[in-house]
Amino acid sequence: MGFLWDNHTVILDAFGEGLILSGWAALFALVTGTLLAVMRVSPVPPLRWTGTAYVSVLRNTPLVLCFMVFTSAIPHLGFTAEPLTWAIWALSAYTAAFVCEAVRAGIMSVPRGQAEAARAVGMTFGQSMRLVILPQALRAAVPPLGNTMIAMWKNSTVAAGFGVAEGAGALHDLLNEYADKIWTLFIGIAVGYMVVVFVISAVFRLIERTWRYA
Amino acid sequence: MNDTGFLYDAPGPRARRRILAASVLSGLALVAAVAWIVVRFNDRGQFVSDLWLPFDDPSVWSTILEGLGNTLKAAAMAIAFAITFGAVLAAGRLSDHAPVRWVANLVVEVFRAIPLLIMMIGLFAAFPESLGPLWSVVIALTLYNGSLLSEVFRAGVNGVPSGQREAAFALGLRKTQVMTLVLLPQAVRTMLPVIISQCVVTLKDTALGRIVTYQELLLAGGTIEVTYQNYVPTTVVLGAIYIALNMSVSSIAQLAQRWLSRARKGAPVVPAATIEDAVA
Repeated sequence: MGFLWDNHTVILDAFGEGLILSGWAALFALVTGTLLAVMRVSPVPPLRWTGTAYVSVLRNTPLVLCFMVFTSAIPHLGFTAEPLTWAIWALSAYTAAFVCEAVRAGIMSVPRGQAEAARAVGMTFGQSMRLVILPQALRAAVPPLGNTMIAMWKNSTVAAGFGVAEGAGALHDLLNEYADKIWTLFIGIAVGYMVVVFVISAVFRLIERTWRYA
Repeated sequence: MNDTGFLYDAPGPRARRRILAASVLSGLALVAAVAWIVVRFNDRGQFVSDLWLPFDDPSVWSTILEGLGNTLKAAAMAIAFAITFGAVLAAGRLSDHAPVRWVANLVVEVFRAIPLLIMMIGLFAAFPESLGPLWSVVIALTLYNGSLLSEVFRAGVNGVPSGQREAAFALGLRKTQVMTLVLLPQAVRTMLPVIISQCVVTLKDTALGRIVTYQELLLAGGTIEVTYQNYVPTTVVLGAIYIALNMSVSSIAQLAQRWLSRARKGAPVVPAATIEDAVA
């Protein structure tokens, strides 16, 4: 414990960095993933194809490759950015595919009468999506989205391999310095990750409970 | 797309025109985006055909194949061990003895919540000599996926209708017999697709080995990128390999699902009504 306290600034900074990364990635992934899900169920074929292609490519490639695309290939388009920015891009792009699948499953779980009723009162596809289908679909998608967000938080460790000083990076660096403290460090940082996992799952359980049908 | 058809009516002439217009617009936007990316890469000299030349060189392919072999080796070992570990954990979680259940539940909760990479780095740092990169990767994957699979196994066994279990006990079978002769054969059917999709996840996660210097596919690809400065071609090749690999595993999952649902239909139970009719 004493050893962890001595290095608490390094460790807390690292977790802060990881939380910033995951927070932005969560925001972008939720928005993009929902849009992709709407594209995948829309009546417009090119949008459907794009959504389907995006999901099948991203779901079948490792996150590490996704990071490689953003840190070694995309910079060759002539863009420059901080490692943290690229990490946010990579993590959002990857997680969006999983958010899309969760939301799409939610859309499928909305009773078809809801969509038919929305059409019967003259709503367009966009209106019935926005006002009728998505509010119910997102509610059904809360538990799987919670799992996706937990997976994303754990996946954010991959950024350590690409120049972001988050939790796994701190573990790696501190281990180089204090090889004899391996178990203290490992347990300390692992517990840190677990605490965040439990917080995320508690938050999603709370959302699930407050959003439940009245 | 039959399954989403309920979200909109069969389009009439006006809606069809509107869909066509939206298709053309979104198609153009898509083409424009792709063209813009291609032009940007081309401007930076990433689409020059010379950059693809390394893939004409057998030594580059032997690097890639060696990496691919290591990826597959780690994945195969991890999957085999994870299924075993998951089965043991599931047996523990379904045990009649409360302390066994608590221990198994604790193990599952802990290993599910620790990021894989943290486990890999920790194992590799704790036992650099005795484990080495391969076993650090395999053990971390086993602990993590085994915990996830134990949940699948448990749900599968609990999903078998309770009458099956009660009937088996009523026939005088023992606990182990009920499990191995009655519950497991039925549970495997429902679990198989999930187990196979977990294999895809494991295969993808072996890529984390790159960070603990395991010579897998992406680490091999990284050295090619740096040597030949051909970032886009290498990324395309690596991505294609992974996608082909994972899609074939996923299609096995679909085949298995179809095969299992057919197997269930194969020997139809004679409906009670027919028997009565036959008697009457």
